[in-house]
Amino acid sequence: MNPVLFAIALVFGILFFAAFVIWIERRFLALVQERYGPNRVGPLGLVQVIADIIKILTKENWIPPFADKGVFVIAPMIIMVTVLASFAVIPLGPGIVASDLDVGLLFFLAMSSLAVYSVALAGWASNSKFALLGGIRAVGQMVSYEVFMGISLLGVVLQTGSFSLVAIIEAQRRLWFCVPQFVGFVVFFIAGLAETRRIPFDLPEAESELVAGYHTEYSGFKFAMFYLGEYVGITLISSMIVVLFFGGWLGPWLPPFLWFVVKTLFFVVVFVLIRGSLPRPRYDQLIGFGWKLMFPLALANLVATGGIVLALAR
Amino acid sequence: MNGLGSLALYLVVVVAIVGFIMVLTHLLGERHSQRGTAVPYESGIFPTGSARIRFPSDFYLVAMFFVVFDVAAVYLFAWAVAARELGWAGYAAILVFSLETIAGLAYLWKMGAFDWGARRKREHLERHGY
Repeated sequence: MNPVLFAIALVFGILFFAAFVIWIERRFLALVQERYGPNRVGPLGLVQVIADIIKILTKENWIPPFADKGVFVIAPMIIMVTVLASFAVIPLGPGIVASDLDVGLLFFLAMSSLAVYSVALAGWASNSKFALLGGIRAVGQMVSYEVFMGISLLGVVLQTGSFSLVAIIEAQRRLWFCVPQFVGFVVFFIAGLAETRRIPFDLPEAESELVAGYHTEYSGFKFAMFYLGEYVGITLISSMIVVLFFGGWLGPWLPPFLWFVVKTLFFVVVFVLIRGSLPRPRYDQLIGFGWKLMFPLALANLVATGGIVLALAR
Repeated sequence: MNGLGSLALYLVVVVAIVGFIMVLTHLLGERHSQRGTAVPYESGIFPTGSARIRFPSDFYLVAMFFVVFDVAAVYLFAWAVAARELGWAGYAAILVFSLETIAGLAYLWKMGAFDWGARRKREHLERHGY
């Protein structure tokens, strides 16, 4: 297949999947909260998100006169570009990958680090107090969870001996890494929640105290970029969990690509149900939790895995 | 499809699509200006003072921890991918390194670096004398 066509198809495929994730979230949250959710546009309300996107495209592209204009426009684009770019290295099936990099895992971590710039710049450039407070909290939180997010994945790298995501999936033919790397999986899942700024880690946009946090001053499609970016981010973290710990496309009977989608959807639903059930802690507790518990845990997991791998190699 | 070339191509496509959407919404969107349009949103009241407010220095501390411990993590990345070739000698080195990292973390913890706010730091100072 022509690589340009493949890239375009992949990007639009991800965007449509993210729109579907928004529908899942709205319907499932409605179920949790005993209401219907969107059910008017199309069968089961499936087309609601498409209608929303078309509507928001025709809204004013407003840039506040008090904002730092250039940075204000670039910030929402950064989050969209980084989360979409991460999908370049994720294998959706055997041979279905935009770029099988040898350092795919590092590329994913680099892109998720760059996403911090988006919220930091948005909070600063808005020149609004709520936005600034939200932005600072977001940076503190994402930067804290960044460190052990990488370390929690090193157990997988150790067992595979490679940063390539295709090699990592191939190494799980006998046993999915969620069994030997259970601690790594839990730590990565929590870090993933924090990186996508989902409940219980949504302090940067805690609506009861900060209005909308770093995107208070955003409207129109620039706001939609943050909103869509969040759901593309959920899809990204879910598919990374599947690739790293749940065997990627591996599975019996069904075609490999379908397996990948089914497993990813499972974790997307878990993300949504977590949002429906957990409260939000204080931000100093949150950052302290990361440094005091998660960081040593990830490090201990790495050292233990290293010892076991070397002992078995003899 | 393999390597950096296809990655660069994919990145160009992503940036082009995102840029295209931004241009599209700029052309399709309305333009309006009313009394409250150019005022920062502060729940309906007029904002006082600048938004360039001072924020807690604890956030600066967190940023410093990030720099310190993420640089430490870089060594772990390099070791993890070559652990089998490096064998027990490499493992011993990384074990010592990890223990030192944890010792640094424990020291920061004891110093009260993860306790937020001036009040708790002062209490800590009164109780422990450091």
